[in-house]
Amino acid sequence: MTATRKTVIGLLVLVVLIALVPLFILQDAEFGGSDDAGSGVVSEITGTEYEPWFTPIFETAINGEIPGEVESLFFCIQTGIGVGIIAFVMGRFVERKKQEEGKTGKKKTK
Amino acid sequence: MNTRLNIREKRFVAVVAAIALVFGFTPVASAMHIMEGYLPVGFSIAWGGICIPFLIAGYLSIKKTLKENPKTITLLAMAGAYVFVLSSLKIPSVTGSCSHMTGTGLGAILFGPAAVSILGIIVLLFQAILLAHGGLTTLGANTFSMAIAGPFVTYGIFILCKKIKINRHVGVFLAAAIGDLFTYCVTAFQLALAYPSESGGVAASMVKFLAVFAPTQLPLAIIEGILTVVIIIGLETYAQPELNDLGYLTGGVK
Repeated sequence: MTATRKTVIGLLVLVVLIALVPLFILQDAEFGGSDDAGSGVVSEITGTEYEPWFTPIFETAINGEIPGEVESLFFCIQTGIGVGIIAFVMGRFVERKKQEEGKTGKKKTK
Repeated sequence: MNTRLNIREKRFVAVVAAIALVFGFTPVASAMHIMEGYLPVGFSIAWGGICIPFLIAGYLSIKKTLKENPKTITLLAMAGAYVFVLSSLKIPSVTGSCSHMTGTGLGAILFGPAAVSILGIIVLLFQAILLAHGGLTTLGANTFSMAIAGPFVTYGIFILCKKIKINRHVGVFLAAAIGDLFTYCVTAFQLALAYPSESGGVAASMVKFLAVFAPTQLPLAIIEGILTVVIIIGLETYAQPELNDLGYLTGGVK
């Protein structure tokens, strides 16, 4: 069990490292979305600024782009919901296993 | 028994719809999705058409799985939630731009690739409608890359690794990571098809698009692989009955 736990913690540390190291190495980089880069390539290939023939309906509805702060709000909600469901389900599994194992609850939940 | 199943199914649909609704409000700087209005009409329709059989297969597959093993609904919810979380995490990459993962690997490994097409299209649909990410006109193409092609590759690699008896976790890692990368390759291919370069055609275009997407996505694919292994370890520890129901553990390498 502890071996598994070590593996998991090690893997998570690795994930954080992979995600954060570019931030420190590439200090001047913009870190914009790579979809913008994608549309840049479209313009490059077609030779002209590409004019999308359809605008997102939400942007049409509010007549403009979604404000950045609002975007991050929605963004957090998305993550929160996902994490909430995973945590809820995992929590149930963990408790269930504990009960199944009876009173000898040696194993820790995390 | 039958009514029970139906209630469960209904509840599932309600839950998914609720999740999708909330999810729909989330603007993801989705790097992988082709933006609204960026594919010519013909391509939009064609990709949409290609997706339909997969979606039907996915619906039937989910229905069958839930009918046989109603308890696995918790895992299905989890696979869906996993897609939500991972596709919401914009992560800085070595190229100096951000991208996000697909999160479709877990669902593909547990429920098979067809089922993920349903989870994926819900996500994409609401993103397209409410978030101005991806798009309704590019929905078909995006569904194909993220919710069909990627998961199928993931599933294929997972099965292959099982066959050649690679350690199961290594198999999960490879499957999820390569599936993630492949999603981007398909996106590059779709864009290249629509925008062939004047000198060199589709292939030259594809190289250009890949050059933008691939280096950015590579570290993220690795992260996705690792996270999928972590969650699989968690499930193996605590959700063995469900995994057995799904046949995940049977025939695998211990």
